Amino acid sequence: MRLFSGAHYEFIEKRKKAYVFSGTLIVVSLAAMVFNIFTLGSWLDYGVDFTGGSLVQVKFHKDVTAGDLRAALGGAQAPLITRFGEASEFLIRAPLAEGLSIDDVAAQVSDQLTAAFGKGTFEVESKDLVSAKVGGELQRKAAMAILFSFVLTLIYLAMRFELRFGMAAVVATIHDITITLGFLAAFRVQIDLPSVAAILTIVGYSLNDTIVVFDRIRENLNKKGGRRRDPVELLDSSVNETLPRTVLTSGTTIAVLVALLLLGGAVIRDFTLVLILGIVIGTYSSIFVATPALLEIQDRWGLGKSAEKKKKKPQAVPV
Amino acid sequence: MFKTVRGRLALILIAMVVSGWQLYANGLKLGLDLQGGMHLVLEVDDPNGTLTADAKADMIDRVDRIIRTRIDELGVEEPLIQKVGNDRLIVELAGISDENRAKGIIQQAAFLEWKLVLPTTDMDAALPRLDRAIVATLGEDSLRAMGRATAAPGQNLEELLFGGGDTTKADSTSGAQGADSTAGSGLAAAAAAATDTVAAREAVLRPLSALLNRGDVEGTYLVAVEDVPTVEQFLAMPEVQRAFPRNQVLQWGEEVVGRGARNYKRLYVLEKEPFLTGAFLENAVAARDPQYNQPQVQFQLNRAGGRKFQRFTSAHVGDYLAIVLDGKVMSAPVMRDRIGARGQIDMGAGTPLEEARDLALVLRAGALPAKLNVIEERTVGPSLGQDSIDKGEVAGLVGLILVVLIMVAYYRLAGALAVLALAVYVVFVLGGLSGLHATLTVPGIAGLILSVGMAVDANVLIFERIREELAAGRATRTAVDEGFANALSAIVDANITTLITALILFQFGTGPVRGFAVTLSIGIVASFVSAIYVTRTFFLLYLQGKKASEPISI
Repeated sequence: MRLFSGAHYEFIEKRKKAYVFSGTLIVVSLAAMVFNIFTLGSWLDYGVDFTGGSLVQVKFHKDVTAGDLRAALGGAQAPLITRFGEASEFLIRAPLAEGLSIDDVAAQVSDQLTAAFGKGTFEVESKDLVSAKVGGELQRKAAMAILFSFVLTLIYLAMRFELRFGMAAVVATIHDITITLGFLAAFRVQIDLPSVAAILTIVGYSLNDTIVVFDRIRENLNKKGGRRRDPVELLDSSVNETLPRTVLTSGTTIAVLVALLLLGGAVIRDFTLVLILGIVIGTYSSIFVATPALLEIQDRWGLGKSAEKKKKKPQAVPV
Repeated sequence: MFKTVRGRLALILIAMVVSGWQLYANGLKLGLDLQGGMHLVLEVDDPNGTLTADAKADMIDRVDRIIRTRIDELGVEEPLIQKVGNDRLIVELAGISDENRAKGIIQQAAFLEWKLVLPTTDMDAALPRLDRAIVATLGEDSLRAMGRATAAPGQNLEELLFGGGDTTKADSTSGAQGADSTAGSGLAAAAAAATDTVAAREAVLRPLSALLNRGDVEGTYLVAVEDVPTVEQFLAMPEVQRAFPRNQVLQWGEEVVGRGARNYKRLYVLEKEPFLTGAFLENAVAARDPQYNQPQVQFQLNRAGGRKFQRFTSAHVGDYLAIVLDGKVMSAPVMRDRIGARGQIDMGAGTPLEEARDLALVLRAGALPAKLNVIEERTVGPSLGQDSIDKGEVAGLVGLILVVLIMVAYYRLAGALAVLALAVYVVFVLGGLSGLHATLTVPGIAGLILSVGMAVDANVLIFERIREELAAGRATRTAVDEGFANALSAIVDANITTLITALILFQFGTGPVRGFAVTLSIGIVASFVSAIYVTRTFFLLYLQGKKASEPISI
């Protein structure tokens, strides 16, 4: 079986449409963030991990599992539930909505539990305000790390490829992060610690995908007469040649994530959704953003022309 | 030997055995979200209720920061540290094998002071005053009761009440005899005491000084180990503390000294105010004393501390200097010369080096502003919920089966070889995680998903290249060789770029970002080896005995 072998799609010719599409997504993303700043007070909807909130401790007089409790407290929307000690005791970490006091939250939890398990089956043992699990420095440091990794990626790709390849890869990655964050902002997905990891995963995936396409472009450029080919045609055939691989890899990854989404339960649903979205965007951007960006950078600044002199194929490490 | 297929297979097998052994020996540590762990609630100690709410809130903020640093240095990944209300702190730790050690590190105040040791002259002169203060406060009757309560040899009522300050406990034959006939002599003594006049009685009652023996080092007294609690109780009385000579305190030494058949603790006479505290510490590391091979903590002061230290020590050459940790004198070396910014705390013979390491750790992290009480200690279940984990396991399994199905359906036997190589990858990753004592959490699993994706991708890249070569009409063996060679540059560049990102995230990241970076780094290395070396080996095995042009299943 072979999918998309010998395909000849005119991806690069359609780059203007892709620019409009990406541009729209980025504008919507930024608008959603700004809208959130004015309505929510922060550009993303931060969960209890970041904002702190309430900590309610309940003790049941009968056997109850964390799953029962989650179902009673709203399923996918349920707050964080942790079994506490050996008995049927639980810690519930719920966000504190604006204008609500800790007593309101405890009363709300208590009402929901009474409705589900009956009166007198449990006791609220304590209710407290708790601080955030992580401080703002987590995000600051993560953002700094990503920025710094851009610089090193740029240098590495400039060495192994040409400078414009590094720049195009960074542009594509920024594109992917912006749209993913925009999605999180627009749908007000609660940001918790795993969401941070999901965004980092998308950065990694997007880079990987872009480099595979770039590798083929580099190879075609370095073939005899490669530099004299029409740039658009060369990029197009490179993308088409890697298309079977792109489809299979992305397809497999998405298949796994869909399994996680359908079977993984409520708690990791958001996490999986963000990953699926990121993979789709990462795949799209390596074809429609990163590759055309190479062309634009060359047209505008003529970067990479000098590289014509070195015809040497990058040396692969023998294993 | 690694050129032959057999050599390659042997190398893979050895690597798998090593990974398997790491996993078996160290086990795989799971984080709070996947497994749960120990849950402590800490509270600032305030026995007299004198602290204001603001003061407590401020203290718990500082405690929060210090404990975070300590736990970070302890190497526990992704702990949960959360303020509860304004005066408590929740600390949750996953995968702690020694709970008491963890609690010790959290609770140790780590308040380090340097104090000057003073001659006992002033204190000697003040002792009768201290004795009178004790008698006046506790009263004769309760002193007598206490004397009966402490049934340790040599400390019967008679000696407690009438023993002289110069009575050395080592020479305690009379004390032992007294203990033998406690009932009779005790009553007789009480009767005798009752006939005395009040003034005369007060003059002979020497509850404290009777327990103090002349010290073996300048500026110290020796107290028999069994008398330590009694003396401690006396010294803790505010009335006694008021009677101390001005700017002087008595503090216990950490070490137990043997004199003859008995053990003593030193009680040091110190200047009340420290001339330097741990706040001036720049670094502290555990090491072994080069001379006696005993564990010690070597410390270095910062510039301001170093200057202070030099100035002070040059003015006190020949005096003794006590290093006081949490109220206990760790050592009191003589200042032979001006001392610079470095020094050490000796831990004493027989102390495990780990204890020195823990002390260095808490000293580096800084002193707690107050004593902490553990008001609750529990084990908690996984923060993700057991239900979510069960579901996640099923979903992950289904995902894996999907990968296997897709690979085998698309690439046939070659796909099956890739799946085998992925199985080897799993063993490598698990071995790597347990070998590096990494903790697996949900963010870590995200890193693994990415690296699995890249491992699959590497195989796909190779197989697509082989197919291209076959389509171009190359012979099977050539096509396989070319396929691997052509795919290599893409795989190398993609892996190195991702590895760079992972390492930077590890360097700068905290908590979950770090967990992600660790598993991603391990995963990338394993996936690279698995795709490039293991898949290749399986291919070579498959091609063995085939003619160069025989078709292959890909």
